[in-house]
Amino acid sequence: MTVAALHDPDSTGETCLQLTGISKRFGNLHVLDDVALSVRHGERRGIIGPNGAGKTTLFNVIAGELAPTSGKVHLYGREITRLPPHSRARLGLARTFQTTTLLPGLTVVENLVLSLQALTPTRFQCFVPRTRYRAFREEALRLLGQVQLDHCADWLVRALGHGEQRQVEILMALAQRPKLLLLDEPTAGLSAADAVLVTDMLRAYHRDVAMVLIEHDLSVVFNVVERITVLHYGRVVAEESVEGIHDNPVVQEIYLGGKL
Amino acid sequence: MISRSWRNIAIIGVLLVLAIAVPRLGLPAFYVSLLTQTWIYGILAMSLDLLVGFTGLVSFMQAAFFGIGAYVVAIGATRYHFVDFWLTLVVAVLVAGIAAAAFGALALRAEDAGFIIITLALNEIVWGLAYQWVSMSGGDNGITGFLRVNVGPFHTTDNSGFYYLSLTALIICLTLLVLMVRSPFGLVLVGARERPRRMAALGYNVWLFRYLALVIAAMFAAVAGVLFAYYNEFVGPGSLSLDTTVQVLIMVILGGTGTLIGPLLGAGILVFLSNALSDITQRWVLILGAVYVVTVMYAPDGIVGLINRLAARARSRRELSLAASAAPAGAFNPRGGPER
Ligand SMILES: Nc1ncnc2c1ncn2[C@@H]1O[C@H](COP(=O)(O)OP(=O)(O)O)[C@@H](O)[C@H]1O
Ligand SMILES: [Mg+2]
Repeated sequence: MTVAALHDPDSTGETCLQLTGISKRFGNLHVLDDVALSVRHGERRGIIGPNGAGKTTLFNVIAGELAPTSGKVHLYGREITRLPPHSRARLGLARTFQTTTLLPGLTVVENLVLSLQALTPTRFQCFVPRTRYRAFREEALRLLGQVQLDHCADWLVRALGHGEQRQVEILMALAQRPKLLLLDEPTAGLSAADAVLVTDMLRAYHRDVAMVLIEHDLSVVFNVVERITVLHYGRVVAEESVEGIHDNPVVQEIYLGGKL
Repeated sequence: MISRSWRNIAIIGVLLVLAIAVPRLGLPAFYVSLLTQTWIYGILAMSLDLLVGFTGLVSFMQAAFFGIGAYVVAIGATRYHFVDFWLTLVVAVLVAGIAAAAFGALALRAEDAGFIIITLALNEIVWGLAYQWVSMSGGDNGITGFLRVNVGPFHTTDNSGFYYLSLTALIICLTLLVLMVRSPFGLVLVGARERPRRMAALGYNVWLFRYLALVIAAMFAAVAGVLFAYYNEFVGPGSLSLDTTVQVLIMVILGGTGTLIGPLLGAGILVFLSNALSDITQRWVLILGAVYVVTVMYAPDGIVGLINRLAARARSRRELSLAASAAPAGAFNPRGGPER
């Protein structure tokens, strides 16, 4: 039994994210085809599928960077299909990118402060030095302390290792206490040890936030999520619990090649 | 060892005392006037640095707002008999802000090269308006027939009085801009320049912040324009020409973008160079171009950037020799340590 299953939230819980009939075309290329997806409050969901299946495109549709050709996106019952990315973030949606996207020329704390002040009116304050806002810095240090990174609080982000940068990116997303976190291949390009750091961090996080996780490394998926959606050529071809995914014939045929 | 911030404060203090002393040193009036122009163009160049250096917007329309500020003075005084300095200043800043709100909405529909081209076109439109609308602007002849007005303690009719007015304005603008780039708002501008996608994902309306920066920068440019009009007691379309825009951009890049103080230095270099060279040769613009090319090639981050790099190199050499003589071999931080 996985650790995630121990925490399985009430399966009758509220719906966090709901996609209905999402399609996305780039010219003649159908990248997403009638995708439906429903994620409950606090759920941990994995999305797997071969390269080019449309996983990142799906995230971009959910986060608002791409408008779907058709279909609707709902967050906690509210339709957000036409909202820009920043408005969705203000409704509690956070994300990490497939390639770590931080502000490399700023310090680790500055990156976190940007995240913390984003949802407050302080972001418009233009005549008071940042150093006056001690609470942001203290909260940033507290968050860094949770992953033993407080010693590099004042380093430039680019001085951190890949794994640490990933951790900072996830911390930035979690610092806003989002309701839904989208993680696009959070362990891609990390060493095995760094990948463990990241998965431990995700597993340990409390269950108020729903997470949708795109992953190539299936051991990561199985460690963190309880349900898995399989995307293939832009279509949802299977949705299964972690326990059931091994035996799903569609999955075995098209993705796992029967070797799982 | 004296901390670097104390050293900086000391340097600023010395420079300030020097700047205040200049008109009393018995220098030829010519130099006082060049420094006055440096302070005025310095405000303009710093306002552009807020966009180019901090927000990442290479705007070619900053001269338009400078010119709008200047024309508000001239038109206000000659047609509407505005002679109150403060009222004129407020109106000029507001008009420039409103113009920037309109132009910004147009220009920010595009990014990068598109933004540059739109701002260039908008600047040309404002210039064309000043050039063509003869009944209002005096066309090519510009507007004369208004005089400097005294401002508080500054007797602007003598040149040292105007020098102190400009220096005071510079210090106020520099202080406000330094506060701004060190504020939470300033951090957002830098974030939006570096990683707009990340900033949007965090919940920042990147467009809005760029827009606000554009409007704020235009207001500072208008302050410079007001001083410029009073200083010359003349305003012509040259003040908002593409020429002016390009020269201000060169001031910013030459001095070092994203440093505020660099563009002020750049303004000084251009003011002094243009005066020295235009006496000798008509082709001073060519020499300016050459200076610019050399900067871009050998000091892409400007003079301030070059100084910082040389200082960092000297410091690390000093630290290395210290480390070699004193520290055990293992003390070297494997990660290279904090870069700041
Ligand atoms: N902006 C775009 N324009 C055109 N094609 C795109 C665009 N974004 C993604 N694609 C195409 O969509 C397909 C799915 O890409 P992506 O969503 O990144 O897949 P995945 O993340 O599952 O590997 C790929 O064939 C890719 O080339
Ligand atoms: Mg992808």
